[in-house]
Amino acid sequence: MKKLLVLFFCVAGSLMAQAQTADEVIDKYFAQTGGKDKWMALKSMKATGKAKVQGMELPLTMIQKAPNKMKATATFQGMSFIQPCFDGSTGWNTNQMTMKPEKMAAEDSENMKDEAMLEDPFLNYAAKGYKVELQGKETVEGTECHKMKLTRKPTMVDGKAEENVVYYFFSVADNVPIMSRTVAKKGPAKGTTVETFMSDYQEVPGGIFMPFTVTTKAGGKEMMSMVMEKFETNVAIEDAEFAYPDKK
Amino acid sequence: MKPRFYLPLSTLLLFGIGASAQQAIPLKGNELFGSLRARHIGPAITSGRIADLEGHPTDARILYVGTAGGGVWKTTDGGVSYKPMFDKHIQSIGAVAVDPQKPDQVVWAGTGECWTRNSVSVGDGVYKSEDGGQNWTNMGLAKSERISAVKIDPTNSNTVYVGAMGALWSPNAERGVFKTTDGGKTWEKILFVDENTGCSDLAMDPKDPNVLYAAFWEYRRTAWSFNSGGSQSGLYKSTDAGKTWAKIHTGFPTGKLGRIAVTIAPSMPNRLFAVIESETAEGKGLYRSENAGASWQRTNGDFELTVRPFYFSRIVVDPRNPDILLKGGLSGSISRDGGKTFTTLGTMHSDVHDFHFDNLNSNIIFAATDGGVYRSYDGGSVFEMVKGLPVAQAYQVSVDNSKPYKVYCGLQDNQSWYGPSESPGGIGNRDWNCVGAGDGFRVYRHPTKANILYSDMQGAEYIWRYDTERRQTKIVKPYASATDPKLRFNWNAALQISPNKPDRLYVGSQFLHRSDDMGETWTKISPDLTTNNPAKQQQEESGGLSADNSGAENHCTIFSIAESSLDENLIWVGTDDGNVQVTTDGGKNWSNVVGTVPGLPKNTWAYHVEPSRFDKNTAYVAFEGHSSGDMATYVYKTTDLGKTWTSITTPDIKGFARHIKEDLVNPNLLFLGTEQGLYVTVDGGQNWSAFTNNMPPVAVMYIAIQPDENDLVLATHGRGLIIIDDISPLRQVTNDLLTKDMAFLKTMPTAMHDDGGFSEDSDAGEFTGENPSRSAKIVYYLKKRQTFGKMTMEIMDAAGKKVGDITPGKAKGINIVDWNYRLKPPKTATGKTLSLAGFTGPRLPAGTYTVKLTQGTNTFDTPITLLPDPTSMHSVADQQAQYEAVTRLYTMTEQLGYLVDQINMMQKAADEQLAKDPKYKKVIDPLTKELAALKEKLVVLKGDNYVGTAEPQLREKIATIYGQIVGYFGRPSGAQLANVTVLDDQLKAAQATFEAIKTTRYKALTDRLLKDKLPEISLRSFDDYKKSDG
Repeated sequence: MKKLLVLFFCVAGSLMAQAQTADEVIDKYFAQTGGKDKWMALKSMKATGKAKVQGMELPLTMIQKAPNKMKATATFQGMSFIQPCFDGSTGWNTNQMTMKPEKMAAEDSENMKDEAMLEDPFLNYAAKGYKVELQGKETVEGTECHKMKLTRKPTMVDGKAEENVVYYFFSVADNVPIMSRTVAKKGPAKGTTVETFMSDYQEVPGGIFMPFTVTTKAGGKEMMSMVMEKFETNVAIEDAEFAYPDKK
Repeated sequence: MKPRFYLPLSTLLLFGIGASAQQAIPLKGNELFGSLRARHIGPAITSGRIADLEGHPTDARILYVGTAGGGVWKTTDGGVSYKPMFDKHIQSIGAVAVDPQKPDQVVWAGTGECWTRNSVSVGDGVYKSEDGGQNWTNMGLAKSERISAVKIDPTNSNTVYVGAMGALWSPNAERGVFKTTDGGKTWEKILFVDENTGCSDLAMDPKDPNVLYAAFWEYRRTAWSFNSGGSQSGLYKSTDAGKTWAKIHTGFPTGKLGRIAVTIAPSMPNRLFAVIESETAEGKGLYRSENAGASWQRTNGDFELTVRPFYFSRIVVDPRNPDILLKGGLSGSISRDGGKTFTTLGTMHSDVHDFHFDNLNSNIIFAATDGGVYRSYDGGSVFEMVKGLPVAQAYQVSVDNSKPYKVYCGLQDNQSWYGPSESPGGIGNRDWNCVGAGDGFRVYRHPTKANILYSDMQGAEYIWRYDTERRQTKIVKPYASATDPKLRFNWNAALQISPNKPDRLYVGSQFLHRSDDMGETWTKISPDLTTNNPAKQQQEESGGLSADNSGAENHCTIFSIAESSLDENLIWVGTDDGNVQVTTDGGKNWSNVVGTVPGLPKNTWAYHVEPSRFDKNTAYVAFEGHSSGDMATYVYKTTDLGKTWTSITTPDIKGFARHIKEDLVNPNLLFLGTEQGLYVTVDGGQNWSAFTNNMPPVAVMYIAIQPDENDLVLATHGRGLIIIDDISPLRQVTNDLLTKDMAFLKTMPTAMHDDGGFSEDSDAGEFTGENPSRSAKIVYYLKKRQTFGKMTMEIMDAAGKKVGDITPGKAKGINIVDWNYRLKPPKTATGKTLSLAGFTGPRLPAGTYTVKLTQGTNTFDTPITLLPDPTSMHSVADQQAQYEAVTRLYTMTEQLGYLVDQINMMQKAADEQLAKDPKYKKVIDPLTKELAALKEKLVVLKGDNYVGTAEPQLREKIATIYGQIVGYFGRPSGAQLANVTVLDDQLKAAQATFEAIKTTRYKALTDRLLKDKLPEISLRSFDDYKKSDG
């Protein structure tokens, strides 16, 4: 009888251990990557590295400032391509024909307000109006993962608000997301599944961990990989960095 | 491409395999397959059978397409392009429904087609998506097999009705009308007739969702017969959301009824239409009710209204006009007077199953046919075909040995075809060649005569020998002799070429026929090899209430034939009624060896016989009994010519078996096609894994391996042909490998391609099949995914110089990484515009390179070999000349870049000094002037990247000639080489000018700085310049 009871508790215990909640998975992720306090302290970030695309390597600089200013600059033949920049209200890109800045469509700028958030989407997700839901497990790159559905703020698509869902796959063994999956919502590629693979997680200044290699696949085919060399956190970045250059 | 002679080499790599009992290898799933990825090549030129169309209630841009065997597709652009939405689930679709309350989110798909032809696939229940079709969950009714309708309460998303037709080949209870009131969590069967009668159609009053109409159909198929109709078929109505039902037959024909379809005119819900199959010709046809089913009047019994009810039954009423309705049929027809009279629809593929009216404009009509989706913009007079739905239903595939190799297939209701395994710009509809008529089945290119191929059509009505060069077709089928009984050929008749004798051909009736002269003369080399059961040969009585003797139910026939590649006298035969016959003397004596197969129900269809390439006594047989309702997987192996058999299936496998293929190199590597996808074992059948990388669980009917490329080529019944390129990594998976943290696998040398032609891309909306990658492959095993810490990969040439820098794969299991064997593009001078030279790197010469993988502090390396294009038209000397010219231009580009960099650095330093101390103006101004004069001849300093471009300068001229020479893999023209020299001289002159400036104007500046005891200007070295960003 005693043995049976022990067995019962073992089984019950293991069942409880299996029944993870979304918050537990998220908490483990932040604990694994430096702790929530350090993530909360993140106010700006500068990352430099290379984008590898179609056999070319483009030096890449990405700056971000809380809450949602960002600028990605690729350099090619000494010229800077900004793809994209967002100052918190206006988004813009470099036109590759004229090398001059051009504003995004108003709706795309509006979407950037959410898309360009510096803060990790899972940090204070409820306060941001996001929803998370743990949807069981799925194997990604041979690795057992928790499948987490993240519903961000709705995206405007050609005048219509659409649900903005991204699935994150947290490695059960390593507690960090190794892949995210979403669907392109606009333009000729709409409907295409876009998967982003994260690897080479390393500690960066500020004590948090970032993935140094991020590879993007569209429709299962590799499109681009970004290999970062350096992350700097809480560096001073002037707001002017993000502003749309009025004098073309 | 890899030349043939590497095959024995790879065999050597696998020493010992097959010598002793194979140990189980536990590597499974995507750990085993890594980034091996299926590519879909169509053909989409004929598309395939479409079962159901379902629009969005308010957004006319959105349409769902439910296919017979290729899953659910969705367009969001009004019908131009379509994407597959159901690739993780069973591919046969009966009905799709969009929730009227949450049309952007909630979509239901009932699986299992309800157009029950002989070759129809199966479903496994009803699915729900809550994100517009991106993700689906099976909500149950797994045994319903086929679902004819899903209706959603427009006032309550949680209330859903499902019409389940149930099993086609056997009695079962999971059929009838099911209802959920909790969004699919639980189901209640609210109307059930009996185990042989299913719900064939369901309608819901759009104004009052409590009013439902349900059509029930008594039907059954066997391998040798079809019955439509009986005393249990009927039409029922409920006015209380399915609590109670009443038959509504007032005005219906008496006697037995067959298939019934029912629909409501959405704009006048008391008007109903029903299409009825009945005992008499006078009773068949379209019926109309004006009082919500209380009574019915027959309005029309034309051919299109009554033809083949099991295949065509759907009626669709214009949502805005109750007098306009469409009826599926051989051609499809339209009525504009409420069903009294009909006109045939405009020309499209025959066999029309469903329609969709655009929700804003009734002139726009979509039609679902055996040959894809068609659309009309003029209310049905003229139809155009959607060219982007690759959902062909192939029965078989074969490959040839051309370069690039071609693939051959026969398609359900869509003839026989061949097309290339790759094509410039992708494999488009234009690349396919029609080589047969009717339904296509088995096609083979003659092994040695490249202009000859064989194809056939249903029941071997024709077997063609086709000279594709001269376009001559000869019918080369065998006929019954004076003493023969009637020859019985299967619908998908067994036609086979010999692996030993190029001119030899086999075809199976109930006898095995052999021809050694390409079909000119035939010898019967067997007695009746089937059970010859007369009860299974009553096809003229098939069909039930509507006779249907198309040949599709022909039975007691030979279905699979295989001559051993090791012995031309050893021939295996499988029959559709469950015999496995073998001869070892070329047909003199036959043994039926099926009796010793353990655990196999009697008369289970011997679907494919596969003699081993390694051992004469070994063979595999895939059996399937789905046409008697048995969905189990049966695959057996014998090692003693059929005396004893062992099952090689495991619970890993889903779906009944269709095909088993032994690898050409590793006898423990087997590929199994089932009704639900492709399965692979690397340990002779002890463990199986579903291959899911870009591979839906579609019925895999036939498998070929192309020996030169090691490509696996699949005939699928719903997604056309699918190729998995170079499966050789799977040959190398051993238990020893799994003990390593990291280990490289061997790869065959990569032959480079001298590609340089033009290509025309397909237009939007047209399917383009993926080409194989030209890259060299680096293959390795990782015991654990590299998630934390750095991992890098570099390529070194023979001298140890780094020539490549690749992002490695980090997955647990097998990783396959592409290397494009090009140097990085040269670093070009900075200017105001983009330089062409910056986009392309030189292709590396053939040779052996080293891959270096660094994982933390550990490094691993492996050689990788590039071969010249075996079909190259260029001599080694000419290739060398090209490489030298490219290298020279590469160097020139970078030297020019460095020169401009030095000018810029010098100017910058001078400007800074001038800003600090204006007294320097006198010494700096002349320097600035000379530097500017030099620089403006080197790079463009104005204009844009489009039509605002300035006159080209030296950088642009070098880039232009570089781009021309790098794109052609032979000797550059004399004119090109002369141009290189001209530009090189200009570069040298510029460098000399710069050196002169350094010793004059610049020296004046540095002397002055020295005199003022200021730090000297440092100009960076070439190496530092190369390392710098940009």
